[in-house]
Amino acid sequence: MNDDVLDVADVRAMNEVVQQPVVAKNKITDISEITETVGIPFADNAKMSMRNVDVFYGEKQAIFDVNLDIGVNEVIAMIGPSGCGKSTFLRCLNRMNDTIDICKVTGELNLEGQNIYDPKLDVVPLRARVGMVFQKPNPFPKSIYDNVAYGPRIHGLATRRADMDEIVETSLRRAGLWEEVKDRLHQPGTGLSGGQQQRLCIARTIAVSPEVILMDEPCSALDPIATARIEELIDELSENFTIAIVTHSMQQAARVSHRTAYFHLGKLVEVNETEKVFTNPDHDLTESYITGRFG
Amino acid sequence: MSFSTLFVIILVGIAVAYVLGRSRSLTIAGRLGGIKSLHSLPFYYGTQAALWCAIPCLILLALWAAFDDSIIRQIILQHLSPEQQNLSAQELSLLLNTVESIASGVSSIQASPEVMAIADRVISLRQLSQTILAVTIICALVLLAAWGWVKVKPEYRARNGVERVFMLFLLTCSTLAIFTTVGIVFSVLFESIRFFGMIPITEFLFGTHWSPQLAIRSDQVGSSGAFGAIPLFTGTMLISLIAMIIAVPTGLMTAIYLSEYANNKVRAIVKPLLEILAGIPTVVYGFFAALTVAPMIKNALHGLELPLISFAIGPLEVSGESALAAGLVMGVMIIPFVSSLSDDVINAVPQSLRDGSYGLGSTQSETVKKVILPAALPGIVGAILLAVSRAIGETMIVVMAVGTAARLTMNPLESVTTVTVQMTTLLIGDHEFDSAKTLAAFALGLVLFVITLGLNFFALRIVKKYREQYD
Repeated sequence: MNDDVLDVADVRAMNEVVQQPVVAKNKITDISEITETVGIPFADNAKMSMRNVDVFYGEKQAIFDVNLDIGVNEVIAMIGPSGCGKSTFLRCLNRMNDTIDICKVTGELNLEGQNIYDPKLDVVPLRARVGMVFQKPNPFPKSIYDNVAYGPRIHGLATRRADMDEIVETSLRRAGLWEEVKDRLHQPGTGLSGGQQQRLCIARTIAVSPEVILMDEPCSALDPIATARIEELIDELSENFTIAIVTHSMQQAARVSHRTAYFHLGKLVEVNETEKVFTNPDHDLTESYITGRFG
Repeated sequence: MSFSTLFVIILVGIAVAYVLGRSRSLTIAGRLGGIKSLHSLPFYYGTQAALWCAIPCLILLALWAAFDDSIIRQIILQHLSPEQQNLSAQELSLLLNTVESIASGVSSIQASPEVMAIADRVISLRQLSQTILAVTIICALVLLAAWGWVKVKPEYRARNGVERVFMLFLLTCSTLAIFTTVGIVFSVLFESIRFFGMIPITEFLFGTHWSPQLAIRSDQVGSSGAFGAIPLFTGTMLISLIAMIIAVPTGLMTAIYLSEYANNKVRAIVKPLLEILAGIPTVVYGFFAALTVAPMIKNALHGLELPLISFAIGPLEVSGESALAAGLVMGVMIIPFVSSLSDDVINAVPQSLRDGSYGLGSTQSETVKKVILPAALPGIVGAILLAVSRAIGETMIVVMAVGTAARLTMNPLESVTTVTVQMTTLLIGDHEFDSAKTLAAFALGLVLFVITLGLNFFALRIVKKYREQYD
């Protein structure tokens, strides 16, 4: 409990919120007292930096004034109750929200100092630099090889067959899938198990050598063993990539991430070192969430 | 008593049976302490009693109506005088028709006393038949209603009984369409077999000359009576091919635009417009083809000297009833068919595949080309095959825009003819139904039926296989 930040009135207000998340889902004004993110939302070596980000779905505001940096080769986990806006925020980072007509994003989102929402910026190369792994494994109905080679082919990363073979092999190795599929590269990717499919999707994403990888609940459709494989993989990948992962599993956030961001009803409540968030969070709401009082 | 009066009597009987059954169940319930002591609600006891009356009586009425006349006719035939029995089949038929007319009250016919006697006999037999029927039905109604009344017992499962009858009724309705189809198939099949008895099946399927005019006199000119169906099938194929060349790319591109690119506003306008296109009667397309498109093509292309082709064949010759015109218009007609089927298939491709592709940095057209179309391909093929069978079976446009001259050609500027056009021309007008010319229509219909059935079968198989992939 941080007495500098919270006074008695705040606590009372928050207790109300804590008891009402289901009843008063749309009354976002209930948490109007949260005006500033506590903890350490900023980083010195920021790969991506987001300032004053608001997101609207039509009239409804989904994200309120979020400020966050993601450091180079950092793994940042985003946690929070369902509908808190963490996936929405993640999808802003490579402009996947563009595919939703009514979605409007304001504020400044920078990738290495360049505003990714600049109207002059081409969104297609941006998505090659900021790759994405989705909640449900979504391999294309093509062979394993073609799944991985899909991105490199579009972006012309390999001119000769041998180069492409190498990219495919390297990507599959990095995704920890090579040994399992090297003898059946030309069989359909949809024939793999769920965990293998998700690793195939990760291989497909890293095949275009992105700088940042966004993962939207990548293990929620997988069994514990496959989940453990992916978590190991995230750890290995963090040597080369910056990773932002949205997860519903607090254990997973604790295992894989360096920093953890807690979202609540569209606001970024707290960002801190992962260990601190899960042992001694600065904010009452965070504590309520990680101790299972709601969410 | 006439059939309609009897029908009304049966309806009244049913209503009475319902009321009796229901009131008895209520009485029993009152004795036993409320409706809950019955197995079923009073409504079901009433309905059960009503059904027992209705089904046997209505069946009896229907059977009687169906066989009444033929039984009376048999009785009359057995009682004809010897010289009448020696009449030829045609004369006998004429005699019976006269009798029929007199018995029905046409008084203007002059007939011999013998015939009048037969007619009187028919009238008395009919009256007898009506009386027997009326008595039987009224007796049956009373007995059945009484039986239904007796059967009302607290443990009797009227609810389940009604359920079973309802199920049988639904089953009857659903088999109606199947029996009709089977009937059509058999009628076509038997007529075709008669046709193949006159013309060898090999000549029909592999002959290249079609000229169905049969010689009535042996010295008649130009009536060779050749039944080689190959030119008809090539004509059908040519026109269908042209139609597909128009419809498949246009329809597919429309579907892609509507499902991937168009925003909601555009879709709200374009989709209903396409549906209007699908709703235009084919006759209207037909005269559009005959009066507008065919002359336009002729004016534009006739006498044109194309650089390379003209060396070989000289200036183009365009028939006023070119296959091209019919094919073009038919293609336009099928566009909405292809586009709406493909649209469904493309929409069935999961959004996650699109997200995956966009997330790797591909553009919309790359996503369509490399992910969506390959994923939707089986379904699109199914849609195209359904469209092909539609094109093959299409009649009205070709009847109006294409001639009847059976030419074995693949030149779209010439006039050809199709299977369906020949079938209509063979059957239009007054024809005897036992000549090879008329029966040829059934043989053509049979082959057409087999072809479209095969195409639909494969199309549905492919579509089904595709469905399983994502559900």
